[in-house]
Amino acid sequence: MGFHWKWDFTWEILPRLLEATLNTLIAAGAGYAIAIVLGLVLALAQRTPYRALTFVVREFVEFIRSTPLILQIFFVFYVGPQFGVRMSPWTSGMIAIGLHYSAYLSEVYRGGLNSVGKGQWEACTALNMSTRQAYTRIIIPQAVPPALAGMGNYLVGIFKDTPMLSVIGVAELMHTANAIGSESYRFLEPYTLVGVIFLAISLPAAGFIRVFETYVRRKLGLK
Amino acid sequence: MSLWEFIATYWPDFLKGTGITAAQFILATMLAIGIALVAGLMKLSHNAVIRGVSVTYIEIFRGTSLLVQLYWIFFVLPLFGVTLDKFTAGFVAVGMNLGAYGAELVRGGIQSVPKGQWEAAYALSMSPAKRMWRIILPQALVNMLPPWGNLLIELLKNTALVSLISVTDLMFVAKQINGSTFLSAQAFGLALIVYYVFARFIVTPFMRWLEGVMRRKLGRA
Repeated sequence: MGFHWKWDFTWEILPRLLEATLNTLIAAGAGYAIAIVLGLVLALAQRTPYRALTFVVREFVEFIRSTPLILQIFFVFYVGPQFGVRMSPWTSGMIAIGLHYSAYLSEVYRGGLNSVGKGQWEACTALNMSTRQAYTRIIIPQAVPPALAGMGNYLVGIFKDTPMLSVIGVAELMHTANAIGSESYRFLEPYTLVGVIFLAISLPAAGFIRVFETYVRRKLGLK
Repeated sequence: MSLWEFIATYWPDFLKGTGITAAQFILATMLAIGIALVAGLMKLSHNAVIRGVSVTYIEIFRGTSLLVQLYWIFFVLPLFGVTLDKFTAGFVAVGMNLGAYGAELVRGGIQSVPKGQWEAAYALSMSPAKRMWRIILPQALVNMLPPWGNLLIELLKNTALVSLISVTDLMFVAKQINGSTFLSAQAFGLALIVYYVFARFIVTPFMRWLEGVMRRKLGRA
Protein backbone atom coordinates (compact mmCIF):
# COMPACT_ATOMS: atom_id res chain seq x y z
CA MET A 1 0.00 0.00 0.00
CA GLY A 2 1.22 3.46 -0.65
CA PHE A 3 -0.09 6.89 -0.06
CA HIS A 4 -2.73 7.79 -2.57
CA TRP A 5 -5.90 9.49 -1.59
CA LYS A 6 -9.01 8.00 -3.23
CA TRP A 7 -11.67 10.63 -3.76
CA ASP A 8 -14.44 8.24 -4.83
CA PHE A 9 -13.89 6.26 -1.62
CA THR A 10 -13.96 9.54 0.32
CA TRP A 11 -17.37 10.48 -1.11
CA GLU A 12 -18.60 6.97 -0.45
CA ILE A 13 -17.78 7.01 3.27
CA LEU A 14 -18.49 10.69 3.97
CA PRO A 15 -22.29 10.28 4.51
CA ARG A 16 -21.65 7.50 7.02
CA LEU A 17 -19.12 9.62 8.90
CA LEU A 18 -21.41 12.65 8.93
CA GLU A 19 -24.21 10.51 10.33
CA ALA A 20 -21.84 9.36 13.06
CA THR A 21 -20.87 12.99 13.68
CA LEU A 22 -24.46 13.56 14.77
CA ASN A 23 -24.05 10.79 17.36
CA THR A 24 -20.81 12.39 18.52
CA LEU A 25 -22.57 15.72 18.99
CA ILE A 26 -25.46 14.07 20.84
CA ALA A 27 -23.01 12.25 23.12
CA ALA A 28 -21.12 15.47 23.83
CA GLY A 29 -24.36 17.38 24.47
CA ALA A 30 -25.86 14.76 26.75
CA GLY A 31 -22.61 14.29 28.66
CA TYR A 32 -22.26 18.05 29.07
CA ALA A 33 -25.86 18.40 30.31
CA ILE A 34 -25.16 15.81 33.02
CA ALA A 35 -21.84 17.47 33.89
CA ILE A 36 -23.33 20.97 34.18
CA VAL A 37 -25.96 19.89 36.71
CA LEU A 38 -23.85 17.39 38.65
CA GLY A 39 -20.91 19.81 38.68
CA LEU A 40 -23.03 22.44 40.41
CA VAL A 41 -24.11 19.88 43.01
CA LEU A 42 -20.46 18.92 43.63
CA ALA A 43 -19.44 22.58 43.90
CA LEU A 44 -22.24 23.53 46.29
CA ALA A 45 -21.66 20.41 48.41
CA GLN A 46 -18.14 21.67 49.07
CA ARG A 47 -19.53 24.92 50.49
CA THR A 48 -21.77 23.35 53.11
CA PRO A 49 -20.79 23.60 56.77
CA TYR A 50 -20.71 19.77 57.09
CA ARG A 51 -17.02 18.93 57.33
CA ALA A 52 -17.39 15.23 56.52
CA LEU A 53 -19.45 15.89 53.39
CA THR A 54 -17.08 18.60 52.20
CA PHE A 55 -14.09 16.29 52.71
CA VAL A 56 -15.65 13.32 50.90
CA VAL A 57 -16.79 15.42 47.93
CA ARG A 58 -13.40 17.15 47.72
CA GLU A 59 -11.53 13.82 47.63
CA PHE A 60 -14.02 12.40 45.13
CA VAL A 61 -13.44 15.34 42.79
CA GLU A 62 -9.67 14.97 43.13
CA PHE A 63 -9.89 11.26 42.44
CA ILE A 64 -12.01 11.69 39.30
CA ARG A 65 -9.74 14.46 38.04
CA SER A 66 -6.51 12.53 38.47
CA THR A 67 -7.54 9.23 36.85
CA PRO A 68 -7.93 8.56 33.11
CA LEU A 69 -11.37 8.97 31.55
CA ILE A 70 -10.86 5.87 29.41
CA LEU A 71 -10.36 3.78 32.53
CA GLN A 72 -13.48 5.28 34.12
CA ILE A 73 -15.46 4.41 30.99
CA PHE A 74 -14.31 0.79 31.21
CA PHE A 75 -14.98 0.75 34.93
CA VAL A 76 -18.58 1.93 34.60
CA PHE A 77 -19.27 -0.34 31.65
CA TYR A 78 -17.88 -3.57 33.11
CA VAL A 79 -18.45 -3.23 36.84
CA GLY A 80 -22.26 -2.88 36.53
CA PRO A 81 -22.77 -6.37 34.99
CA GLN A 82 -20.48 -7.91 37.64
CA PHE A 83 -23.10 -6.94 40.22
CA GLY A 84 -26.08 -7.71 38.00
CA VAL A 85 -26.71 -4.19 36.63
CA ARG A 86 -26.71 -4.25 32.84
CA MET A 87 -26.32 -0.94 31.06
CA SER A 88 -26.14 -0.13 27.36
CA PRO A 89 -22.89 1.37 26.03
CA TRP A 90 -24.68 4.69 25.64
CA THR A 91 -25.89 4.77 29.24
CA SER A 92 -22.58 3.81 30.79
CA GLY A 93 -20.70 6.11 28.41
CA MET A 94 -22.86 9.07 29.35
CA ILE A 95 -22.52 8.30 33.05
CA ALA A 96 -18.73 8.04 32.81
CA ILE A 97 -18.13 11.11 30.67
CA GLY A 98 -20.76 13.16 32.55
CA LEU A 99 -19.23 12.24 35.89
CA HIS A 100 -15.69 12.97 34.69
CA TYR A 101 -16.54 16.42 33.42
CA SER A 102 -18.77 17.24 36.39
CA ALA A 103 -15.62 17.06 38.51
CA TYR A 104 -13.88 19.53 36.19
CA LEU A 105 -16.91 21.83 36.02
CA SER A 106 -17.30 21.79 39.80
CA GLU A 107 -13.80 23.32 39.99
CA VAL A 108 -14.83 25.99 37.49
CA TYR A 109 -17.96 26.78 39.52
CA ARG A 110 -15.95 26.78 42.73
CA GLY A 111 -13.62 29.38 41.29
CA GLY A 112 -16.59 31.46 40.14
CA LEU A 113 -18.36 31.22 43.49
CA ASN A 114 -15.19 32.10 45.40
CA SER A 115 -14.70 35.16 43.23
CA VAL A 116 -17.93 36.73 44.57
CA GLY A 117 -16.93 39.17 47.29
CA LYS A 118 -17.69 38.60 50.94
CA GLY A 119 -19.59 41.88 51.07
CA GLN A 120 -22.25 40.38 48.80
CA TRP A 121 -22.95 37.68 51.37
CA GLU A 122 -23.07 40.23 54.15
CA ALA A 123 -25.48 42.35 52.13
CA CYS A 124 -27.71 39.28 51.67
CA THR A 125 -27.70 38.70 55.40
CA ALA A 126 -28.46 42.37 56.02
CA LEU A 127 -31.44 42.12 53.66
CA ASN A 128 -32.64 39.06 55.57
CA MET A 129 -32.42 36.75 52.56
CA SER A 130 -32.46 32.99 52.98
CA THR A 131 -29.40 31.03 51.82
CA ARG A 132 -31.37 29.77 48.85
CA GLN A 133 -32.42 33.31 47.84
CA ALA A 134 -28.88 34.56 48.31
CA TYR A 135 -27.52 31.87 45.97
CA THR A 136 -30.16 32.10 43.25
CA ARG A 137 -30.54 35.88 43.17
CA ILE A 138 -27.20 37.33 44.21
CA ILE A 139 -24.31 34.88 44.27
CA ILE A 140 -24.79 32.53 41.29
CA PRO A 141 -25.59 35.31 38.76
CA GLN A 142 -22.31 36.97 39.70
CA ALA A 143 -20.41 33.70 39.69
CA VAL A 144 -21.42 32.87 36.11
CA PRO A 145 -19.35 35.38 34.08
CA PRO A 146 -15.95 34.43 35.53
CA ALA A 147 -16.89 30.75 35.07
CA LEU A 148 -17.96 31.10 31.43
CA ALA A 149 -14.52 30.73 29.84
CA GLY A 150 -13.82 27.53 31.75
CA MET A 151 -17.27 26.14 30.98
CA GLY A 152 -16.78 26.80 27.27
CA ASN A 153 -13.36 25.14 27.25
CA TYR A 154 -14.79 22.01 28.81
CA LEU A 155 -17.62 21.91 26.28
CA VAL A 156 -15.00 21.68 23.53
CA GLY A 157 -13.05 19.28 25.76
CA ILE A 158 -15.96 16.88 26.18
CA PHE A 159 -16.53 16.94 22.43
CA LYS A 160 -12.92 15.97 21.82
CA ASP A 161 -13.08 13.18 24.42
CA THR A 162 -16.13 11.45 22.91
CA PRO A 163 -13.95 9.22 20.64
CA MET A 164 -13.03 7.33 23.80
CA LEU A 165 -16.62 6.08 23.91
CA SER A 166 -15.83 4.00 20.82
CA VAL A 167 -14.00 1.47 23.02
CA ILE A 168 -17.25 0.28 24.60
CA GLY A 169 -19.10 0.33 21.29
CA VAL A 170 -20.88 3.68 21.17
CA ALA A 171 -21.40 4.23 17.43
CA GLU A 172 -19.83 7.68 17.26
CA LEU A 173 -17.32 9.07 14.77
CA MET A 174 -14.24 7.10 15.82
CA HIS A 175 -16.16 3.86 16.08
CA THR A 176 -17.50 4.32 12.55
CA ALA A 177 -14.03 5.17 11.22
CA ASN A 178 -12.66 1.99 12.83
CA ALA A 179 -15.48 -0.03 11.27
CA ILE A 180 -14.81 1.45 7.82
CA GLY A 181 -11.10 0.79 8.26
CA SER A 182 -11.56 -2.86 9.09
CA GLU A 183 -14.10 -3.40 6.30
CA SER A 184 -12.07 -1.81 3.53
CA TYR A 185 -8.49 -2.01 4.87
CA ARG A 186 -8.17 1.67 4.10
CA PHE A 187 -7.26 3.82 7.08
CA LEU A 188 -5.97 6.96 5.38
CA GLU A 189 -9.31 8.44 4.35
CA PRO A 190 -11.50 7.55 7.38
CA TYR A 191 -8.98 8.65 10.04
CA THR A 192 -8.03 11.79 8.16
CA LEU A 193 -11.67 12.71 7.64
CA VAL A 194 -12.36 12.21 11.34
CA GLY A 195 -9.54 14.64 12.12
CA VAL A 196 -10.88 17.16 9.61
CA ILE A 197 -14.43 16.89 10.96
CA PHE A 198 -13.16 17.44 14.50
CA LEU A 199 -11.20 20.51 13.43
CA ALA A 200 -14.17 21.83 11.43
CA ILE A 201 -16.35 21.71 14.53
CA SER A 202 -14.00 22.50 17.42
CA LEU A 203 -12.23 25.54 15.91
CA PRO A 204 -15.43 27.52 15.11
CA ALA A 205 -16.93 26.36 18.42
CA ALA A 206 -13.95 27.76 20.34
CA GLY A 207 -14.27 31.05 18.47
CA PHE A 208 -18.01 31.19 19.06
CA ILE A 209 -17.53 30.58 22.78
CA ARG A 210 -15.11 33.51 23.00
CA VAL A 211 -17.63 35.80 21.28
CA PHE A 212 -20.43 34.57 23.52
CA GLU A 213 -18.32 35.19 26.61
CA THR A 214 -17.60 38.83 25.71
CA TYR A 215 -21.29 39.27 24.84
CA VAL A 216 -22.42 38.04 28.27
CA ARG A 217 -19.80 40.16 30.02
CA ARG A 218 -20.96 43.27 28.18
CA LYS A 219 -24.60 42.44 28.80
CA LEU A 220 -23.93 42.22 32.54
CA GLY A 221 -22.03 45.51 32.47
CA LEU A 222 -18.62 43.95 33.18
CA LYS A 223 -16.02 45.59 30.93
CA MET B 1 -11.89 -13.37 45.19
CA SER B 2 -11.23 -10.62 47.66
CA LEU B 3 -9.21 -7.56 46.71
CA TRP B 4 -6.21 -8.77 48.75
CA GLU B 5 -6.14 -12.17 47.07
CA PHE B 6 -6.50 -10.39 43.76
CA ILE B 7 -3.52 -8.14 44.49
CA ALA B 8 -1.47 -11.11 45.74
CA THR B 9 -2.10 -12.95 42.47
CA TYR B 10 -1.75 -10.19 39.94
CA TRP B 11 0.67 -7.66 41.43
CA PRO B 12 3.58 -8.62 39.13
CA ASP B 13 1.43 -7.84 36.04
CA PHE B 14 0.29 -4.54 37.50
CA LEU B 15 3.85 -3.64 38.40
CA LYS B 16 5.01 -4.31 34.84
CA GLY B 17 2.14 -2.25 33.46
CA THR B 18 2.92 0.60 35.84
CA GLY B 19 6.53 0.51 34.65
CA ILE B 20 5.44 0.90 31.03
CA THR B 21 3.06 3.71 32.00
CA ALA B 22 5.87 5.46 33.87
CA ALA B 23 8.17 5.10 30.84
CA GLN B 24 5.49 6.45 28.51
CA PHE B 25 4.89 9.31 30.94
CA ILE B 26 8.55 10.31 31.18
CA LEU B 27 9.26 10.06 27.44
CA ALA B 28 6.06 11.91 26.50
CA THR B 29 6.84 14.62 29.08
CA MET B 30 10.30 15.21 27.64
CA LEU B 31 8.90 15.39 24.13
CA ALA B 32 6.06 17.70 25.23
CA ILE B 33 8.48 20.10 26.96
CA GLY B 34 10.70 20.25 23.90
CA ILE B 35 7.81 20.83 21.51
CA ALA B 36 6.16 23.35 23.83
CA LEU B 37 9.36 25.42 24.04
CA VAL B 38 9.95 25.42 20.29
CA ALA B 39 6.31 26.01 19.30
CA GLY B 40 5.79 28.59 22.05
CA LEU B 41 8.85 30.60 21.00
CA MET B 42 7.91 30.27 17.33
CA LYS B 43 4.48 31.68 18.08
CA LEU B 44 6.13 34.81 19.48
CA SER B 45 8.32 35.24 16.39
CA HIS B 46 8.11 38.42 14.31
CA ASN B 47 8.26 36.34 11.15
CA ALA B 48 4.72 35.60 9.92
CA VAL B 49 5.73 32.29 8.31
CA ILE B 50 7.33 30.92 11.49
CA ARG B 51 4.35 32.12 13.51
CA GLY B 52 1.98 30.49 11.00
CA VAL B 53 3.72 27.11 11.25
CA SER B 54 3.44 27.20 15.02
CA VAL B 55 -0.22 28.32 15.03
CA THR B 56 -1.13 25.60 12.53
CA TYR B 57 0.58 22.95 14.62
CA ILE B 58 -1.07 24.13 17.85
CA GLU B 59 -4.55 24.42 16.36
CA ILE B 60 -4.43 21.02 14.67
CA PHE B 61 -3.28 19.23 17.78
CA ARG B 62 -5.59 21.10 20.13
CA GLY B 63 -8.55 20.99 17.76
CA THR B 64 -8.71 17.22 17.32
CA SER B 65 -8.82 14.33 19.77
CA LEU B 66 -5.70 12.66 21.02
CA LEU B 67 -7.24 9.32 20.07
CA VAL B 68 -7.62 10.48 16.46
CA GLN B 69 -4.00 11.65 16.46
CA LEU B 70 -2.80 8.40 17.99
CA TYR B 71 -4.61 6.26 15.40
CA TRP B 72 -3.45 8.54 12.64
CA ILE B 73 0.19 8.31 13.70
CA PHE B 74 -0.01 4.55 14.19
CA PHE B 75 -2.16 3.47 11.22
CA VAL B 76 -1.83 6.22 8.60
CA LEU B 77 1.72 7.46 8.97
CA PRO B 78 3.15 4.10 7.76
CA LEU B 79 1.44 4.82 4.40
CA PHE B 80 3.76 7.82 4.09
CA GLY B 81 6.74 5.58 4.81
CA VAL B 82 7.11 6.51 8.50
CA THR B 83 6.57 3.36 10.53
CA LEU B 84 6.75 3.71 14.29
CA ASP B 85 6.47 0.74 16.60
CA LYS B 86 3.52 0.91 18.99
CA PHE B 87 5.55 1.99 22.02
CA THR B 88 7.13 4.91 20.12
CA ALA B 89 3.88 5.87 18.40
CA GLY B 90 2.25 5.98 21.85
CA PHE B 91 4.52 8.47 23.54
CA VAL B 92 5.05 10.48 20.35
CA ALA B 93 1.29 11.03 19.98
CA VAL B 94 0.81 11.92 23.65
CA GLY B 95 3.88 14.19 23.67
CA MET B 96 2.92 16.00 20.47
CA ASN B 97 -0.63 16.55 21.71
CA LEU B 98 0.33 17.87 25.14
CA GLY B 99 3.20 19.83 23.60
CA ALA B 100 0.62 21.90 21.71
CA TYR B 101 -1.15 22.74 24.97
CA GLY B 102 2.20 23.42 26.62
CA ALA B 103 3.17 25.83 23.82
CA GLU B 104 0.36 28.15 24.91
CA LEU B 105 1.67 28.02 28.47
CA VAL B 106 5.19 28.86 27.28
CA ARG B 107 3.87 31.79 25.24
CA GLY B 108 1.79 33.05 28.18
CA GLY B 109 4.73 32.62 30.56
CA ILE B 110 7.09 34.60 28.34
CA GLN B 111 4.55 37.35 27.82
CA SER B 112 4.04 37.64 31.56
CA VAL B 113 7.69 38.69 32.09
CA PRO B 114 7.64 42.49 32.65
CA LYS B 115 8.78 44.66 29.77
CA GLY B 116 11.47 46.25 31.92
CA GLN B 117 13.34 42.95 31.98
CA TRP B 118 13.53 42.93 28.18
CA GLU B 119 14.69 46.53 28.15
CA ALA B 120 17.30 45.91 30.84
CA ALA B 121 18.72 42.97 28.90
CA TYR B 122 18.76 45.13 25.80
CA ALA B 123 20.54 47.93 27.70
CA LEU B 124 23.22 45.45 28.77
CA SER B 125 23.61 44.67 25.04
CA MET B 126 22.85 40.99 25.41
CA SER B 127 22.28 39.03 22.24
CA PRO B 128 18.64 37.98 21.64
CA ALA B 129 19.50 34.34 22.37
CA LYS B 130 21.32 35.19 25.59
CA ARG B 131 18.52 37.53 26.65
CA MET B 132 15.94 34.81 26.15
CA TRP B 133 17.98 32.07 27.77
CA ARG B 134 19.39 33.93 30.77
CA ILE B 135 16.80 36.61 31.58
CA ILE B 136 13.38 35.89 30.13
CA LEU B 137 13.00 32.08 30.18
CA PRO B 138 13.98 31.55 33.84
CA GLN B 139 11.37 34.07 34.97
CA ALA B 140 8.80 32.73 32.53
CA LEU B 141 9.46 29.24 33.89
CA VAL B 142 8.54 30.26 37.43
CA ASN B 143 5.32 31.85 36.18
CA MET B 144 4.24 28.84 34.16
CA LEU B 145 5.20 26.00 36.49
CA PRO B 146 1.82 25.78 38.32
CA PRO B 147 -0.20 25.25 35.10
CA TRP B 148 2.47 22.79 33.93
CA GLY B 149 1.66 20.71 37.02
CA ASN B 150 -1.93 20.38 35.81
CA LEU B 151 -0.76 19.66 32.29
CA LEU B 152 1.45 16.80 33.47
CA ILE B 153 -1.52 15.23 35.28
CA GLU B 154 -3.44 15.46 31.98
CA LEU B 155 -0.47 13.90 30.22
CA LEU B 156 -0.33 11.02 32.68
CA LYS B 157 -4.03 10.33 32.20
CA ASN B 158 -3.70 10.52 28.44
CA THR B 159 -0.98 7.87 28.40
CA ALA B 160 -3.78 5.39 29.20
CA LEU B 161 -4.94 5.78 25.59
CA VAL B 162 -1.82 4.07 24.26
CA SER B 163 -3.31 0.79 25.50
CA LEU B 164 -5.68 1.05 22.51
CA ILE B 165 -2.76 0.45 20.14
CA SER B 166 -1.72 -2.49 22.36
CA VAL B 167 1.09 -0.89 24.33
CA THR B 168 1.13 -3.07 27.45
CA ASP B 169 0.74 -0.26 29.95
CA LEU B 170 -1.26 -0.26 33.19
CA MET B 171 -4.56 0.26 31.38
CA PHE B 172 -3.79 -2.64 29.01
CA VAL B 173 -2.94 -4.95 31.90
CA ALA B 174 -6.21 -4.07 33.66
CA LYS B 175 -8.16 -4.78 30.48
CA GLN B 176 -6.37 -8.08 29.96
CA ILE B 177 -6.98 -9.29 33.51
CA ASN B 178 -10.61 -8.18 33.23
CA GLY B 179 -10.92 -10.21 30.04
CA SER B 180 -9.53 -13.42 31.54
CA THR B 181 -11.06 -13.27 35.04
CA PHE B 182 -14.17 -11.05 34.69
CA LEU B 183 -13.20 -9.43 37.99
CA SER B 184 -13.90 -5.97 36.61
CA ALA B 185 -14.24 -4.07 39.87
CA GLN B 186 -10.92 -5.40 41.15
CA ALA B 187 -8.96 -5.03 37.89
CA PHE B 188 -10.15 -1.57 36.89
CA GLY B 189 -10.48 -0.42 40.49
CA LEU B 190 -6.85 -1.27 41.27
CA ALA B 191 -5.68 0.46 38.09
CA LEU B 192 -7.69 3.58 39.06
CA ILE B 193 -5.99 3.60 42.46
CA VAL B 194 -2.51 3.23 40.93
CA TYR B 195 -3.14 6.16 38.54
CA TYR B 196 -4.49 8.22 41.42
CA VAL B 197 -1.48 7.54 43.64
CA PHE B 198 0.87 8.27 40.73
CA ALA B 199 -0.80 11.63 40.02
CA ARG B 200 -1.52 12.81 43.53
CA PHE B 201 1.46 11.52 45.50
CA ILE B 202 4.26 11.52 42.93
CA VAL B 203 3.64 14.02 40.11
CA THR B 204 1.94 16.77 42.12
CA PRO B 205 4.43 16.79 45.06
CA PHE B 206 7.33 16.74 42.59
CA MET B 207 5.95 19.80 40.78
CA ARG B 208 5.37 21.61 44.11
CA TRP B 209 8.98 20.87 45.07
CA LEU B 210 10.21 22.13 41.69
CA GLU B 211 8.20 25.34 42.07
CA GLY B 212 9.82 25.94 45.45
CA VAL B 213 13.32 25.29 44.09
CA MET B 214 12.82 27.62 41.13
CA ARG B 215 11.38 30.39 43.28
CA ARG B 216 14.31 30.18 45.68
CA LYS B 217 16.77 30.27 42.80
CA LEU B 218 15.25 33.53 41.61
CA GLY B 219 15.17 34.85 45.17
CA ARG B 220 11.40 34.99 45.33
CA ALA B 221 10.83 32.56 48.15
